[in-house]
Amino acid sequence: MNDTLTLPFDVTRIRQDFPILSQTIRGKPLVFLDSAASAQKPRVVIDAMVNAMETQYANVHRGLHWMSERTTEAYEACRDAAAALMNARDRSEIVFTGNVTGSLNLMAHSFGRRMMKSGQAVVISGMEHHSNIVPWQLLRDSHGIELRVAPITNSGELDMAAFEDLLRDGKVGLVAMTHMSNVLGTVTPAERIVRLAHEYGAKVMFDGAQAIVHRKVDVQALDCDFYAWTGHKLYGPTGIGVLWGRKELLEQMPPFMGGGDMISSVTYEKSTWAQVPHKFEAGTPAILEGIGLKAAIDYVQSIGYDAMAAHEAALTEHALSRLSTIKGLAIIGQAQDRGGVISFAMDGAHAHDVATLLDRQGIAVRAGHHCAEPLMHRLNLDSTARASFGVYTTHEEVDALATGLERVRSFFK
Amino acid sequence: MKQTDDFADLYQEVILDHGRRPRHGQRLETFDATAKGDNPMCGDRVQVWVKLKDKTIGAVGFEARGCAISIASADLMAEAVKGRGPGDTKALFEAFRSMARTGTCPDCGPALEAPLERLAPLSGVTNIHPA
Repeated sequence: MNDTLTLPFDVTRIRQDFPILSQTIRGKPLVFLDSAASAQKPRVVIDAMVNAMETQYANVHRGLHWMSERTTEAYEACRDAAAALMNARDRSEIVFTGNVTGSLNLMAHSFGRRMMKSGQAVVISGMEHHSNIVPWQLLRDSHGIELRVAPITNSGELDMAAFEDLLRDGKVGLVAMTHMSNVLGTVTPAERIVRLAHEYGAKVMFDGAQAIVHRKVDVQALDCDFYAWTGHKLYGPTGIGVLWGRKELLEQMPPFMGGGDMISSVTYEKSTWAQVPHKFEAGTPAILEGIGLKAAIDYVQSIGYDAMAAHEAALTEHALSRLSTIKGLAIIGQAQDRGGVISFAMDGAHAHDVATLLDRQGIAVRAGHHCAEPLMHRLNLDSTARASFGVYTTHEEVDALATGLERVRSFFK
Repeated sequence: MKQTDDFADLYQEVILDHGRRPRHGQRLETFDATAKGDNPMCGDRVQVWVKLKDKTIGAVGFEARGCAISIASADLMAEAVKGRGPGDTKALFEAFRSMARTGTCPDCGPALEAPLERLAPLSGVTNIHPA
């Protein structure tokens, strides 16, 4: 990234980059506070995908013709952009998957089934998304891998002492943990987690679906072994996710899915695999989505993580201060280190009622268990409403949320 | 209830009332039939118990977790089916489903008019959960 191109952060200008944000909903300006579920797309991402379809599209990695070569270049440029974004040592450490769920299933199948032995354990935390629970349960049930859950404290942070206790017997092969909770907004202490896990001989994978949207992820500084994130939460298209892994580990791991594009040679007797990362990328990839994600990464880099993080930290602080004055509203999760995701519960009103009545005012929030039922059980809740912020979110939108919640409260009083 | 027009079309007084204070919101200790419903998408759960009396529904109880509309629906359903025979209940169920999905029930005869009118406040859900 060329630093001289970075303009001062101006949310009004940024909002102009997102065509969808100028809409009205039910006659009211759209207040979109559901970016943690999926973020809106800037014009550059839309244009990159449309432009590819209009001018430069063919299948990749196989055609000996101009169109295929140009499309391959455009698609593979996403791998370079993703490697730079995460400070990966080598572009071949970037594996494209469908989403974080796809990456976690790849890990459970390829790392879990082949690099771990029956009797070993996987450690997750008590605030995981279902996608970082269920693949390990399937692995546990088919391969005798134990699943251990590191508890969270009442403030919604990882209980580090209990986490270390789970590592002590040396049986843990992999720690697979969220880098930022999609429910509580908690950012986990990634460097400390890695240091501890490595001390006890375990590899570490982070589910960075939320974290990479809000802060710079440097996999070399973190010193983790795998890191997964998804394009559509980082202002890119759906259908493309990134699994970064240390090259020496990816090279030892067997393929997950078999098919075209992942082989070196095939006979009926025996097939051999392509080099990493292609060994893990069977079938025609998400070509247009890769081109779109490249544009999204460039967009994020042009704004810069420092500016994005500062904007979102200010928004989060403002929101916490506004919401904490609303009577009968409990903010769920009080982590010291947190990102722009805030869950709340209102006395006397179910989260769905809250979300429905906010929607009537043009305010989009999510309500439900957020694909984290075990965490809901831990919190003694069956659902929360959740507001989440993006690079385009304004202080006025946070104020609209607070005013909207006051209206909901007086309606249910 | 505060008159807040954009809220009140969906959350009518009867829904708020039955959502907050369901009349049939308890399990039956003795019952002839029970069934569970589960909506994994939104996390709503309901279990309903029925006790028959002279071939009609003598008592209904339910336990549910969900939003006000969900709880009120269960309670108004319990109220509507009490005292009805199985065939009659089925006809009401079909009529209500049509109303909830489309907002109207063209085939509903006069016999269903009164109970359907009672359930009419729920027809607003078609606007938030289109069929």
